[in-house]
Amino acid sequence: MALKIVKGSIDRMFDKNLQDLVRGIRNHKEDEAKYISTCIDEIKQELKQDNIAVKANAVCKLTYLQMLGYDVSWAAFNIVEVMSSSKFTYKRIGYLAASQCFHESTDVIMLTTNQIRKDLSSPNQYDTGVALTGLSCFVTPDLARDLANDIMTLMSHTKPYIRKKAVLIMYKVFLKYPESLRPAFPRLKEKLEDPDPGVQSAAVNVICELARRNPKNYLSLAPLFFKLMTSSTNNWVLIKIIKLFGALTPLEPRLGKKLIEPLTNLIHRIYLFFSQILHHLSAITLVCFSWLIAFLFFITVLISLSSGMPNHSASIQLCVQKLRILIEDSDQNLKYLGLLAMSKILKTHPKSVQSHKDLILQCLDDKDESIRLRALDLLYGMVSKKNLMEIVKKLMLHVDKAEGTTYRDELLTKIIDICSQSNYQYITNFEWYISILVELTRLEGTRHGHLIASQMLDVAIRVKAIRVFAVAQMATLLDNAHMLTGNTQRNGICEVLYAAAWICGEFSEHLENPMETLEAMLRPKVATLPGHIQAVYVQNAAKLFATVLKSQEGNTDSTTAQEASQLMIDRLPLFVQSANLEVQERASCILQLVKYIQKLQQKDVEVSEEVCALFAGELNPVAPKAQKKVPIPDGLDLDAWINEPPSESESEDEQPKAIFSKEEPKHSRPRHTEVDEKELARRREARKQEQANNPFYIKASPSSQKVYQETPGVEHIPVVQIDLSVPLKVPGLPMSDQYVKLEEERRQKERAEKKKKDKKKRKEKRSGRGKKHDSGPESEEDITPAHMVDIVTEEMPENALPSDDDERDPADPHKALDIDLDKPLADSEKLPVRSHRAAEVLKSPAEDEEGENVSSLEPKKKSSKEKREKKKDKDKDRKVKMLFESGLSETWERRLISVMLTFIFLFYSFDRKAYDIQGNLQDGSQVVVSVIFENKCDSFLKSMEFNVLDSLNSKLQRPEGSGPHDSLTIPFQLPPGVSNEARFVFTVQSIIMPQKLKGTLTFIVKNEESSTHEKLDFKLHFTCTSYLITTPCYSDAFAKLLESGDLKSSSIRLEGVNMPFHHLLARICFHHHFSVVERIDSCASMYSRSIQGHHVCLLVKISSQTVSVDAKCDEPTLLGNVLDEIKQTFSQC
Amino acid sequence: MRFMLLFSRQGKLRLQKWYTATAERDKKKMVRELMQTVLARKPKMCSFLEWRDLKIVYKRYASLYFCCAIEEQDNELITLEIIHRFVELLDKYFGSVCELDIIFNFEKAYFILDEFLMGGEIQDTSKKSVLKAIEQADLLQERPRGDYFSNSASTHCS
Repeated sequence: MALKIVKGSIDRMFDKNLQDLVRGIRNHKEDEAKYISTCIDEIKQELKQDNIAVKANAVCKLTYLQMLGYDVSWAAFNIVEVMSSSKFTYKRIGYLAASQCFHESTDVIMLTTNQIRKDLSSPNQYDTGVALTGLSCFVTPDLARDLANDIMTLMSHTKPYIRKKAVLIMYKVFLKYPESLRPAFPRLKEKLEDPDPGVQSAAVNVICELARRNPKNYLSLAPLFFKLMTSSTNNWVLIKIIKLFGALTPLEPRLGKKLIEPLTNLIHRIYLFFSQILHHLSAITLVCFSWLIAFLFFITVLISLSSGMPNHSASIQLCVQKLRILIEDSDQNLKYLGLLAMSKILKTHPKSVQSHKDLILQCLDDKDESIRLRALDLLYGMVSKKNLMEIVKKLMLHVDKAEGTTYRDELLTKIIDICSQSNYQYITNFEWYISILVELTRLEGTRHGHLIASQMLDVAIRVKAIRVFAVAQMATLLDNAHMLTGNTQRNGICEVLYAAAWICGEFSEHLENPMETLEAMLRPKVATLPGHIQAVYVQNAAKLFATVLKSQEGNTDSTTAQEASQLMIDRLPLFVQSANLEVQERASCILQLVKYIQKLQQKDVEVSEEVCALFAGELNPVAPKAQKKVPIPDGLDLDAWINEPPSESESEDEQPKAIFSKEEPKHSRPRHTEVDEKELARRREARKQEQANNPFYIKASPSSQKVYQETPGVEHIPVVQIDLSVPLKVPGLPMSDQYVKLEEERRQKERAEKKKKDKKKRKEKRSGRGKKHDSGPESEEDITPAHMVDIVTEEMPENALPSDDDERDPADPHKALDIDLDKPLADSEKLPVRSHRAAEVLKSPAEDEEGENVSSLEPKKKSSKEKREKKKDKDKDRKVKMLFESGLSETWERRLISVMLTFIFLFYSFDRKAYDIQGNLQDGSQVVVSVIFENKCDSFLKSMEFNVLDSLNSKLQRPEGSGPHDSLTIPFQLPPGVSNEARFVFTVQSIIMPQKLKGTLTFIVKNEESSTHEKLDFKLHFTCTSYLITTPCYSDAFAKLLESGDLKSSSIRLEGVNMPFHHLLARICFHHHFSVVERIDSCASMYSRSIQGHHVCLLVKISSQTVSVDAKCDEPTLLGNVLDEIKQTFSQC
Repeated sequence: MRFMLLFSRQGKLRLQKWYTATAERDKKKMVRELMQTVLARKPKMCSFLEWRDLKIVYKRYASLYFCCAIEEQDNELITLEIIHRFVELLDKYFGSVCELDIIFNFEKAYFILDEFLMGGEIQDTSKKSVLKAIEQADLLQERPRGDYFSNSASTHCS
C-alpha cells in the first residue's frame, strides 16, 4: 500500500501540469493539433490511474483543451469522479469542468444527483457554494425536480454566502421545473427582506427577472418593492426595481402616481451612479453627460409610466432636444445610447422625434454599423406620406454605397419594412414603389429575393389600379431574366422571377404583348432556374397561352394562335424532362392539353373560351392568420375522438387520468380533457407522420412563400455562369428617382390648384364674412394619392376572434412560469422530498408527487403555511391601501412633467446652482427662469413668496393688477425632503449685457410646536449665454453669413486646456448652447443665435493645449460677454 | 446575461462562460462568428452591437476583449460596468493582471467569475466580499506537494 502511494507520487512528478500544457501549446504553434493529440493520449493514461490528484490534474487540462475547441465529452465520467472527491481542491476543479463541459444531453448528469445533494448539505460552505455554482450552469429538468427542495432549504441557510447563491439558482430551477415556482415563492419573497444586502439583491434580481416576463402575477408585490425602493442603499438593486416598476405600471396605472415622488428623490443617486460608470468607461469629461445617461434610463421607465398621457409633449420635446446633444457628440457610445433612447421616445411620441430627421439621416453615414442600424430603426418610425419618397431615396443611395452584404441586406429589409408598414399607409404612389422594388432586384448577392418577390405579389394583388403598370414592369423583368440569373452569386434574387412570372400570368389581360412574354417565359435558359420557379413559369405560360388564344378569337387569320400552340409544343418538352417533380408534372399535363387544343385549332374549332375557363376566377388575398382565427362552432370539439379510441392505448390512458383531474379540479370541460397530454403529443406526432406520408394532405403553412421555399431541388440544378460586360441596369425600366420629381411637381400643382380654389372660395366668402387665413404648409391629409388606389384588405373569416393570443413564442420557457402566485398552495403542489434516495431518477414527476407527498413532513409544514397565509392577507390589505389612499390620478400627469423637468434642471444645477434661465423663442424679450425649491430641513415649508427687485432692463412679470414691488406666491408647499419647481417669466429689453438681479424668498417654517417666518436672499445671474438658443446651421448658410460682412469679430485664447478636442466642443455646445457646423481635424466652426436674432459664429482651433476662439457676431458687446463666459467655463475645469 | 467571452486580439479564446445550455457545435459557431465581428470593428467605434437576437456589449482592455451577450431589456451601460468590475476583480486578485495571468491560471479566473456572476446575474456588488470568498476558498484548497500549481498562483494566494 505504502509502496503504491510512493509510486503514485513519483509518477506524478513526470506528469505535465496545466502550466506545462499551456507552455507546450504555445511552443508548438506550427503543429498544435499533433501536440495536443499526444497530450490527450497522456491525459487518457492519467485518467486511468487511481490517484485522484492525477485525475484532477488531467481534468483541469481537459477543461483548458475544451476551451480551445477540442471535444472532451468522452471524459464526462471522469469529471464526475473528480467532482465527488472529498477534497475541496479537486471538487472545485471537477465542478468547474462540469460547468464548462456538461449540457442537457450529457447522460452522466443523472449520476450526479446524489453527489450534488451531498455537497449541498455539506458542513463546509465552500463545498456547497461550488456545487451551487456548478449546478447553475448545467441544471436539467430532472436535476431541478430532484434538487428543488434541497435548494429551497438552503435559501434559509445560516450563512448569507449560501443563501445568496441558493436564491439566485432558484431562477434557473424555475425555468427548468416551473412547478417549483409556487411552493418556493413565499420563501423567495421573504428573502426580499433578508438582513444581508447580498441576499436581498439576489432576491430582487430573481423576482425582477420573473416579473419582467409575466408582470401581472407580481402586482401584489408592488408595496414591498415600493418600500425597498425607498430604503435600499444599493444602486444595482435600485435600478432593477425601477425597471420592474416600469413593467408593472402599464398594468396598474395608479402605481405611477405613487412613484413620481420617490423617483424624483432618487434621480440624483442614479445620476451619480451612472457618472461613476461613465468615469470608468473613458474620459473624465464624459462625466458631464451622466445626467443625460441617467435621464435615458429614466426615460425608458417613465415613458412606460406615461404611455397614453398626451399632455406632456412639451417636456418630451425638451428631452429630445437634449438627446440631440448626445447624438451629436463624437463619442460613439453616447451616440448609440442617444439613438437608443430616441427610439424609445419615438414609440410614444413620434412627432417630437420627427423634427430631428436630419440628424438621423446624418447618422446613416456613420462608419460604425451599430450606429447606422440604430438610425435605420429610428427612420422606420419617422416616415410620413410627405417624406417617405425622400427617405427611401436616401436609403437607396446608401444601398448603392454600402459595403458588406449584411448591412446592405439590412437596408433592403428596412426599405421594404418602411414602405409596407401599416398596410402601405404612407405610399401615395404605387408606381414609384414598384419601380423601387424593381431597382432593388439589381442588388448583387442579396438573400432577400423572396422578400422583394412577396412584396411584388402583395402589391399587385391588393392594389388593383397598379396591375397594368406592374404587369408591364414584370414583363420587362422576365425579358431581362438573364440579368438576374447570370451570376451564381446572385441567385438569391432570382426569387423575384417567381413573382414576375406569376403576376404576368395571372393578370395577363393587361399585357401589351402577351406573345412576346410567352416566348420569354419559355426560353431554354429558364431550365437553369430553381425548380419551384420553373413550376410557376410553366403554369403561368399556360395562362398566357389562354390569353393569347382569347385575344385572337374572332380573328379570321388564326396564324398567331397556331404559332402560340406551336411554341408551347416546341418548348414544353424541355420542362417535361425536368428533374423536379412539380415542373415535370405540370409540364406534361399542359403539353398534352396544348396538343389537344392544336388538333381542335386545325379543325377550326373555337376553343379559347374553354381554355380560359381553366384559369377563371379571382384570387383574393387572405390574411396569414385567417385559418387560425376561424371560430370553433359551439359543440364542436376538435380534440374529442370521432370513433372510440383504439383499444391498445386504453390501458395507458388509465393511469395518469387520476392525477390530472386532481391537479385541475375546476376544469369544466367534459371528458376530453382527461386525456393525458403526453398521449396527446404522441397522437399528434403520429398524425403528423401520417400526414407527411399522405401526399394529398395540405400542410399548414403560414404564408404562400414558405411553400415554395421548402421545395427541394434548388441545389441540384447547375447554374451556368456567364460573364456580363453589360452594365447592371435593366433596360427600359423607369428609375424611381423620376417619380420623386414627378411627385414633387404633382404635389405642387395640386397645391396651386387648391390655392386657386381657396382664393375663389375666399372671394366668394369675402362678400359674406371676414378673412380666412391661407392653408399654410401642407399637412399630412392634403396629400392625395397619385391615382385612386384601392388597397384590398386581407380576408378574414366571418366572426373571427379578435384576440391576438399568438404573439408569444410557444417555445419561450418563461411562458411556463406564467403562474398565479397569490393562490394558496395546494397539497399536491409541494416539492418532492426524499428522505433517502433510491434509484428513482427516471421516475416521472407525476408519480413522485403522488407517492411522496404523503410523507412525514406534512404536519411540520402546516404551521409555517398558516403563517404564510396570514402574511399574504396582510400584504393584500397593504396593497389595497397603497392603491387607494391617495385618491384618483387626475393630477399625476402634471406631476410627471415636473419630474421630467426637474430632471432637466438638475442637470443645470450641476454647474449653475438651482435655477435655469431659458430664452423664449416666440418672444424676443421674454426669458423663463425655472427654479427648483428643495426642502432640506425637517420642517414643513409653506406660504412661499418670491420677489425680485426689478432693474430698468429686466422686470419680473407679475399678474395684472399687482404693483411693481409685489411678490409672487409660489403655488405649492414643501414637505421635508421634497423638491419642486416653479417658473417665472421675466421681460428683458437688452440682452447684450449679463446682469444680476437681487431677490428674496419668504416662507413659513412649520413644525409641530411652532411656526416661524423666514427670509432668504438670493441673486439671479442672467448670463449672456442664457439668451442663446441652440440652433442648427448648415455649412453653406454659415459661409454665406460670414461672407455678408455684417459681423464684427473678436477672439480669445485659452491656455492649458487639457482635454480632447471633441470634449472641448461638447462643452461649448453644452454650456453655451452652440451647435457644431463643421469639424475638420482640430478645427471646428460653431453657431448659435440669440433670442433677439443675433448670429454668433465661432471658429475654434486647438494646438498643443492652446485653444484659440475666433468669433463673429453682429453685436460686439454681446460677443465680448459670451466669450468671457466661455473663458470662465474653461478656467473652472 | 446569456454568455461572456474573453478573447485576444489574435482571435484566441481565453475564457468562455455560458449561462444558458447551448450545444457544443452552436457554441463554437457563435464564438467564431462573434469574434470575427468584434475584431473587425475599429477602436473608436461604440461598444455595442446587435447580433442575432442579442445585444453584444464588449470592451477592450489591453490585448483582451471582454464580450457579453445580453437580452433586449438589459441595460448596456450596466453591462459595461459589470465587465469593468470583473476586470477590477482580476486586477486585485492577480495584481495588475495581464493576458498571461489568465492563460496560465484560467481556472482561477473562472472561480472569480463564478463568485461574481451566477447564472448570468450579478451575485455580489461588493468587490470586497467577492475577493474574500475567493481567498477563503483558496485557503481551503491546500496545495499538493511538488508545487502542483504554478508559482505565480501560489504567491498570489498567500
